[in-house]
Amino acid sequence: MTAQLAPRIVRPRWLTLPLMIGFGLILFWLLATVAAPWMTSYAPLDMVGRRLQPPSWDHLLGTDALGRDVLSRTLHGARHSIPIAVTVVFFAVSIGALLGALAGFIGGIVDTIIMRLVDVTLSFPPMLLAMAVAASLGPGLENAAIAMIIVWWPIYARLMRAQVLEVREREHVEAAVASGATQTRVLTHHVLPLCWTPVLISATMDLGQVILLAASLSFIGLGATPPTPEWGSMISDGASQFYSWWVALGPGLAILTIVLGFNFIGDGLHDYFDPRSK
Amino acid sequence: MNAHTPLFEVRDLRVAFGRNGVFSEAVRGVSLHVDHGEVLGIVGESGSGKSVGMLAALGLQPEGAKVTGSVRFKGQELIGLPRRSLRELRGSRIAMIFQDPLSSLNPVMTVGDQIAEAVRLHNPDFSRKAALDRARDLLALVTIPQPDRRLRQYPHEFSGGMRQRVMIAMAVANDPDLLIADEPTTALDVTVQAQIMDVLADLQSRLKLGLILITHDLGVLAGHADRVAVVYAGQVVEQAVVDDLFARPGHPYTRGLIASIPDMTRESERLFSIDGTPPALGRLPPGCAFNPRCHMAQDICRREAPPASLESGHIVSCHFAFTGLESVA
Repeated sequence: MTAQLAPRIVRPRWLTLPLMIGFGLILFWLLATVAAPWMTSYAPLDMVGRRLQPPSWDHLLGTDALGRDVLSRTLHGARHSIPIAVTVVFFAVSIGALLGALAGFIGGIVDTIIMRLVDVTLSFPPMLLAMAVAASLGPGLENAAIAMIIVWWPIYARLMRAQVLEVREREHVEAAVASGATQTRVLTHHVLPLCWTPVLISATMDLGQVILLAASLSFIGLGATPPTPEWGSMISDGASQFYSWWVALGPGLAILTIVLGFNFIGDGLHDYFDPRSK
Repeated sequence: MNAHTPLFEVRDLRVAFGRNGVFSEAVRGVSLHVDHGEVLGIVGESGSGKSVGMLAALGLQPEGAKVTGSVRFKGQELIGLPRRSLRELRGSRIAMIFQDPLSSLNPVMTVGDQIAEAVRLHNPDFSRKAALDRARDLLALVTIPQPDRRLRQYPHEFSGGMRQRVMIAMAVANDPDLLIADEPTTALDVTVQAQIMDVLADLQSRLKLGLILITHDLGVLAGHADRVAVVYAGQVVEQAVVDDLFARPGHPYTRGLIASIPDMTRESERLFSIDGTPPALGRLPPGCAFNPRCHMAQDICRREAPPASLESGHIVSCHFAFTGLESVA
């Protein structure tokens, strides 16, 4: 009888374990983006030790072929990868959502032109197209970002168009038209606000995918240029030092955890916004 | 303005839908009129073209539909009017209420913002604050309690009847002359239906609205309409003052509809219904469109479309209008 109900922290239903892991991972990498210099004892570009040292207490992830600290370089890598991912997704969503919304809402010849452009772009394998564009623009992370925006916007155009086509047939849109709203107002106030959910979910997951593609481009030498501590080019270094497995381990784990984190969050958002689909 | 110009007059309105170059008419020459402060009921089965016709009259036909005929509002022709002019009329002079009040409200905008939007669309000089004040008055007008609190809520926080009141508030926001209510009570349960009809009838008489009440429920019209037009397969088959229509239904279809209203005073095993289904679009029978379902059909009904006959303001399109009425009444 004396037993009291222990105060319990009630976890909301939408906060699933994967979502919590996702938040944890992304939080860590955001922290690294902001505070990498204070999280490590070595500068990423300095040759601070003997070359190709295996992990030790001095160098937790070892040193690379030039004697640079792999842990420090990995953490600093977030400062390149995350801004690139955010930029690429931001512009891809902006361009894609705008064109997709116009295609779906206006229809007719506008729809045809935009969607054929989308079809053509999507008919290339994304990696191949990104390589071709990046190669023609020259190496450098900025050019890689432009290449990835060109590869990515059509996905959002398609998503947004499908969503607009569905929402504009709803009755409240007809009611808005019947009360004398202009086309522009119908689109911005009555259609678009109901179209963002799938775009948001997809954008979250794509943050991880963009990081992966950016690393791939760097891996084959089309993205970051040495000595930038970029994960793709670090793995590339590791591949040429095959028996020093630790050189590629840090950046590899970084890519793995960050992509996993964004995917978990994207999945969680999906379940939160559309609980019926579980 | 000429005293004989009706508020809203539809003449020989036709709406056709094309598929592969073949056009089928969903509305086949409808003529109606409504005066200031008058309630016109339009009754017909689902798919008879009553909603499509009224929407098309306001330029809201589905893409690809062909609309011909004449629609005059205060003497101004609406068919062929530029989109911009039509838009300025809609929501200010002519307002509409739709069937399903949940899906007719924007789910991600507060009720207050939506009513304020309806106000500001046609009064751009209204400030947001002034429009919200007007919205609060409108909510009070349609008897929603605590309008101040309700303004900030979203449609999902309202019950079905409340939502329909919001729709009515939006419709009368700019003191329209004509209100078209497309099955305003169909999605509501019976007790709420009566409340909504009371709100509508009250506003109609206070604001001297011309009201077009589209419904498939003759019972709703009996209490609220001044005149009734019965629509079958895209045509008006009978049009009369409401009491006259119920006392002397001239068309066999109207009689069928009236007989289908359950009679609470008599005990019967089966409810009456008209046999068969309305003809599909583009598959009209020759002659009178109602002939396959009509128990009075003769050879002439299968050969010739019946002309409209006028008898003291009571219009009936039937070869055998008013025949056998005594036996029914």
